[in-house]
Amino acid sequence: MYQTNYHRASSVADALKLLEDAEDGKFVSGGMTLIPAMKTRLAAPSDLIDLRHIPELKGISVEGRKVTIRAATTHAEVATSREIAAVCPALCYLASHIGDPHVRHMGTIGGSVANNDPAADYPSAMLALGATIITNSREIPANEFFTGLFETALEDGEMITAISFNAPEKAGYEKFPNPASRYAMTGVFVAKNGGDVRVAVTGAGADGVFRASELEAALAANFSPAALEGKTISADGLMSDIHASAEYRANLVVVMAKRAVARANG
Amino acid sequence: MSEVSMVVNGRKVSGNVEDRTLLVHFLREHLGLTGTHVGCDTSQCGACVVQMDGKAVKSCSILAAQASGSEILTIEGLAATVDADLHPVQAAFREHHGLQCGFCTPGMIMAATDMIRRHPEGLDEQTVRAELEGNICRCTGYHNIVKAILAASEAMRGSAQQPKETVAA
Repeated sequence: MYQTNYHRASSVADALKLLEDAEDGKFVSGGMTLIPAMKTRLAAPSDLIDLRHIPELKGISVEGRKVTIRAATTHAEVATSREIAAVCPALCYLASHIGDPHVRHMGTIGGSVANNDPAADYPSAMLALGATIITNSREIPANEFFTGLFETALEDGEMITAISFNAPEKAGYEKFPNPASRYAMTGVFVAKNGGDVRVAVTGAGADGVFRASELEAALAANFSPAALEGKTISADGLMSDIHASAEYRANLVVVMAKRAVARANG
Repeated sequence: MSEVSMVVNGRKVSGNVEDRTLLVHFLREHLGLTGTHVGCDTSQCGACVVQMDGKAVKSCSILAAQASGSEILTIEGLAATVDADLHPVQAAFREHHGLQCGFCTPGMIMAATDMIRRHPEGLDEQTVRAELEGNICRCTGYHNIVKAILAASEAMRGSAQQPKETVAA
């Protein structure tokens, strides 16, 4: 990879200053996406500012049904959190299926959400849970945060410090992983709160994560896999690549949604 | 350039490296610990797995500078954690012929010891296979690797040969 300059930040304020002083700096947390991207030269930041040693970016808290996960919390920590499992086990299940065990020891929720890979798992959960993305300067609702492929509402020099959400009554996640990369070829997170059902889809949309409103309406009336029987969604706006056509992904969305609902119903 | 220092296999080491130096290259080229392999270099194969502060990580996807200050365990240091010639996982791989060419073996064994640590309740075949998704073997078809890990897990639960607690540097 290209030469880069490494800096270890001791606090959020320190990290923001280091980024400001860098010519073309980037924050790195677990680095499970950024370091491989630098090796293939898809990314070539002049400076890396390491957030992994900032105490204020670590930890999980659950108060009642409100879950707050600080940005540098690893996938392994979310996957094994008993506090989160008590109110939203679907998120633990999702985290336990990101990458592989070694990747989960390093990769972080903040990094995944900030990167907004169109096939990443977490963005679907953020959208379906109606999560709030908390940065050093403001709070952004998930439905305004993910703006396109690898694009978010984050401004230059803005850092995610935590995400929070109210645990829904029921939630479930299922994905069809690419057999080689394990990224979701299609993943669906469903969340139910009374009559409000949200179905968020990752891995399939040409513009990244999106909500499948046709499926939401059917599930709001009857929250069971049977409610999705015979339902279809349009292939317009879905990704088509060497792994799967848009039509194949459109079918996968419904299949994964059924499985996610079955899982949510336990 | 960065001055990095860490504890590798119980020994305090340091060196001056380019900031872009990967942990695996620091281990292999600066410390001569060539047991840790570079297979795919795209974080898929797991031949580079080592343990950092007690957790399995892919050393080809971590900068040496990121690892500075941590405690690293590689295949070379594994047996010493139980004061034996072979760690129970290494012994099980030999006993069950869990390797052919051997290229993936160091990563497999470092992943397996981590897997056993995270499952003190014991392992079953399905769990082992699922947990091995970050480690690729192109020779064995995994069958004997899975057998070896299951046997090692049983042996470690049944004996006093539990790994010592790692001590932060």
